Amino acid sequence: MIRTPAIDWLTLAPSLALLAATIASLMSAVLVPERRRKNVSWFFCLAGYAGAFAAAAILFDRSPHSRGVIANALFRDRYGALAAMIVAGVGLLTTLVYYGERSTVDRVGERFALLASAGGGMILFAQSANLLTLFLGLEWLSISLYVLCALERERPEAIEAGFKYLIVGGFSSAILVFGAAFVYGATGTLNLAQIAGKAPSGDLFLVTGLAMILVGFAFKASAAPFHTWTPDVYQGAATPVSGFMAGATKAVALLVALRVLSLSFSAQEHLWTSAAAVLAVASLVVGNLAALVQRDLKRMLAYSSISHAGFLLFAIAAASSLGTRALLYYLIPYGAASVGVFALAALHERELGEPATLDNLAGFGWRRPLSGIALWIFMLSFAGFPLTGGFVGKVYLFAAAYRSGWTWLLIVGAVATLVSLGYYLAVVRAIYMRPVPDEEAAAKEEPPLLDRMLSTAVFAAVVVTVGSFFAVQPLIDLAKHAASQLPL
Amino acid sequence: MLTTALICLPLLGALSVFLLPAPRMWVGSLALFFSLAELALWISGLTRFDFGSPKIQFEQQHSWISDLGISYHVGLFGFSLWLVGLTVVVMTAAIAYGLWSGRERANAYYALMLFLLAAIVGVFTAQDLILFYVAYEAMMIPLYVLIGVWGGAGRLRATFKFVAYTMAGSLLMFATIVVYGLSHGFDLATAQQSGSVWLFLGFAAAFAVKAPLFPLHGWLADAYRESPPEVAALLSGVISKVAVFGFLRIALTQFPGPTHDLRSLMLALSAVGLVYGSLLAFRAPDIRGVVAYSSLAQMSLIGLGVFAQNELSLSGSVLQMVNHGLVSAALFLLAGVIELRSSSGALSRLGGMARGRPILASLIISIGVISLAVPGSNAFAGEFLILAGVFQQGWGWAIPGLVAMVLAAMYMLRLVSALLHREVGEAVSKKAPDVLLPELCVIGALLGCMLALSVWPAAISKHSFACLEQAPLTSAGISSQSKAQVGLACVPGTGSTTATTTGTAK
Repeated sequence: MIRTPAIDWLTLAPSLALLAATIASLMSAVLVPERRRKNVSWFFCLAGYAGAFAAAAILFDRSPHSRGVIANALFRDRYGALAAMIVAGVGLLTTLVYYGERSTVDRVGERFALLASAGGGMILFAQSANLLTLFLGLEWLSISLYVLCALERERPEAIEAGFKYLIVGGFSSAILVFGAAFVYGATGTLNLAQIAGKAPSGDLFLVTGLAMILVGFAFKASAAPFHTWTPDVYQGAATPVSGFMAGATKAVALLVALRVLSLSFSAQEHLWTSAAAVLAVASLVVGNLAALVQRDLKRMLAYSSISHAGFLLFAIAAASSLGTRALLYYLIPYGAASVGVFALAALHERELGEPATLDNLAGFGWRRPLSGIALWIFMLSFAGFPLTGGFVGKVYLFAAAYRSGWTWLLIVGAVATLVSLGYYLAVVRAIYMRPVPDEEAAAKEEPPLLDRMLSTAVFAAVVVTVGSFFAVQPLIDLAKHAASQLPL
Repeated sequence: MLTTALICLPLLGALSVFLLPAPRMWVGSLALFFSLAELALWISGLTRFDFGSPKIQFEQQHSWISDLGISYHVGLFGFSLWLVGLTVVVMTAAIAYGLWSGRERANAYYALMLFLLAAIVGVFTAQDLILFYVAYEAMMIPLYVLIGVWGGAGRLRATFKFVAYTMAGSLLMFATIVVYGLSHGFDLATAQQSGSVWLFLGFAAAFAVKAPLFPLHGWLADAYRESPPEVAALLSGVISKVAVFGFLRIALTQFPGPTHDLRSLMLALSAVGLVYGSLLAFRAPDIRGVVAYSSLAQMSLIGLGVFAQNELSLSGSVLQMVNHGLVSAALFLLAGVIELRSSSGALSRLGGMARGRPILASLIISIGVISLAVPGSNAFAGEFLILAGVFQQGWGWAIPGLVAMVLAAMYMLRLVSALLHREVGEAVSKKAPDVLLPELCVIGALLGCMLALSVWPAAISKHSFACLEQAPLTSAGISSQSKAQVGLACVPGTGSTTATTTGTAK
C-alpha cells in the first residue's frame, strides 16, 4: 500500500485550470468542426487563464503563511500566488492578441492548447518547493514554448526559432539539472527549504551546483552572456508568443531564481549577489548596445528584454526585502507593456504582411492615433519615463540596489537608461517624425485593420502600465505580502 | 487644492483637446480657452497668496509610494508663484500664436502644449524630489515630439542633441535623487541638508545642462533654431527657468556646504558663459541665433546672481527670470513673425523692414530696448539688483556683468538695425504685411507685462523671499555670508541650521 500525500487542491488550482484548458483546447481541435474550432479552442484558453488568475487571487488571499504542501513538493504562499497572477494576467492578454493571428495552416486548436499549457508549467515552476518539481515545471513550460515557437512550420524563421530555442533551452535545462544533482550530492536533499545548512557554505559541490543552477535561470531569463537565443527566437516566433515569453517567462525565471537563491543558498549570499551584479551589468551592456543598431522591431525588443533582465537582476543583487518588492512591482508594468508592444507589432505585421521594422513604422502614429499613443506609452515605460509604471519600478530597483550597497550599479543603470533612449525614442521618431514614403498610397489604403480582441488587450495593457504609476499603493501591498514570505 | 487644480486643469484640457473631433480653429480655441482658464486660476491664487508668510501655501500632500516615503506633495511659495505665473502667461501667448499660425495636426499639437504646461507647473510646485523629477522628465515627453514633428528642416538632429544632452544630465540626477532621498528624505520640506559634493554635482549637472550654463550649451542653438517659434519661446522663456529654479530650490538650499565650496567655480562658469554667449550673439548670422545666444548670456547672468547668493542678487535673479522669460518669448515670437514674412531668418537677407511697417518696428525696438536693460525697464531693475549683489560677493565678479551689458547693447542694436534699417533685404518682399492684429495682441500682451514690471519691479523682487520682507537685513553688521543664508532661509524646508545661524548673526 502506497501512502499518498494529502493534496492541497487550491495550490494546484491555477495550474490545473490551465491544464484543463490545454486538454479542452486540444480536444476541440479534433472534435469541433473546422469553422468553429478557432473560437472554441480560443475560448477554452481564455477561460483557462481567467480561471487561473481567479484561483491564484483566491490562493493569495488564503495563504497568509508560507508552507509546503503535497509532500513538500509545492509552496502554498503569496509569493508563488502573485507570480501565478502575473503569468495568468500576461497569458490572458496574450490569448486576446493571439486570436487574430493569421496562420497558413489550420493549427489553431494546438496553438491555444500550447499557450495554456506553457502558462500551467510556469505556475507550477513558480510554486515549486523542491528541485524536482522545479525541473518538472521548467520542462513543462519549456517544451510547450519550443513547440509553440515552431508551430507555423511553413515559415523557415519559425522552424529556426523553435529549433534554436530547443537546443539552447535543452542545454540550459541540462545544466540546471546537473547543478541540482550536485546540490543533492552535497546536501542529500532536494527540498529547497532544507538545502541551506546541510553542507558547509564553502562546499565545492554545493557552490558548483549553485553556479550551474544560476546559469540555468540566466538562460531562461535571457540575461547576458546566456542571451544568444533571444533575438532569433523572439524574431522568429509568432509575435504574440514573443510578447508572452518576454512578459511571463522572464518573470517566472527571475522570481524562482530569487526564491531558490534566497531560500536554499542564504549562506552563499555574497557569491550569488556578486554574480547577479555581474550578469546585470553584462545584460545592460549587451542588450542596450545591440538594440541600438536593430532595424527590426521584434529583434530590437528582444535586446531590450535582455537589458530589462539586467535591470531586474538589480533586485537579485540587492537580496533584500525591498529588492523582492521592487522585482515583483517592476514585473507588473513590464509584463503589461511587453504584451502590449508585441500586440502592436503583431497588428502592424498583419496589416503589412511583413515584419515590422523601424522603416515601415513611418506614419503609424498618425494613421492610428490611439495605437500610436499606446506604443509611445509602452516605449516610455520601458525607458522608465514618468507617468508610466516603468518609472516607479526603476525608482524601486535603484532604491533597492542602493540600500544594499550597490551604488555603482546605479551609475551603470543611469548610463544604460540613457543609451536605451536611443532605441526607444527611435520608435517614437519612426511613428511620428519620419515622412511617410508614399503619402498617396497610404491615403488610398483601406481603413486601418480593426481587431477588437487585440485593441482590448492593448487597452488593458495601457491601463496597467499607466495605472501602476498612479495607484502604486495597492500593488505595493500585494508585493509586500508576497515578499514577506521570502527569508530576506 | 489650488495647486492640484493648476496641474490637473491643463491635463484635462490636453485630454479634451486631443479627443475633440473638430476643425483646427475650434481645437486651438479650446486649447486657448483652457490656458486662459489656467491664467484665471493663477490670478485667483495670486490674490489669495500671503506674501508675508514663509510657509508653503495651497499645500496638498498624499501618500504615493509609502514604501520609500515618497508622497504627492505640492504647494506654492514666494518665487515659485511668480514662475508659475510666467509659465502660464508665456504658454497662453504660445498657444495663441500657434492658433494664429495654424499648426497642422491640431489635436495632437495643442494636447502636447497643454500637457507641457501641466508638467512645467508640476516642476514649480513639486515639494517632493521624486515628484519634481517626474514633472521634470514629463516635460521632455511633449517637447521631444513638439520639436521633432513641428520643427524646421534640421529637427531630427536638433531633437537628438537636445535629448542626449538633457537626458544625460537628468538621468544622473535620477540616480542622485534616489541616493539623496534614501539617505536624507524625499520630501523637500523636511529633507535634511547634505554636505556631499558628489550629490550636489549630480543635481547641478542636470540643471546646468537645462539652463544651460557654459560649457553644457551645445544643444541650445539647434533646439532654438529648429523648434517652431512658440516652442522656442517656451524653451528659452520658461524651461530654462526650470533649471534655475532647480538650483535655487534644491541645489542651493539642500547643499549649503558644497555650494559654498564650489561657489567660485559656478560663478566662473556663469561669468564665462555671460561673456561668451554675448559674443556669440553678436556674431550669430540669424535672428534666432542672436536670441538663442543672448538667452545663454542672460541665463548665465541669472546664474551669477543665484550663486552670488545674497539677498540682493537672489531677488534680482528671480525678477530677471521673469523678465527674461517674457523678453525672450516675445523675441522668439517676433522671430516667427519675421520668418513668416520672409521665409528666412538670415540677417544678411533681411533688412529695411521698418519701412511701411510701423508696428513691427515699434515692437522690435521696444522689446529690444528692454532686453538690453535700458534704465527704467524691468530688465534694468533685475540686472541692477543682480550686479549689486554680485558686487557684494566680490567686485571682480561684477566686471563680466558690466562687459556683458555693453555687449548686450551691441548685439541687440545690431539685430534691430539688421532687421529694420539698412537696404531692403532680398528676402523681404514689398507685399509682406505689417504685424497683424492677432500677432499684435499676443506680443503686445507680453510687452504689456514687461511694461507693468518696469513700473513696479518690486512686485516680484520684494515678494519672492518672504522672510526678507519680515526682517529686512540690509543694515550693517551682518557679513555677506550670513546674508546669503538669509536669502535661502526663505525657501521652505531649508532646515533649522540656517535659522540658528541668522539668529546668532543678529
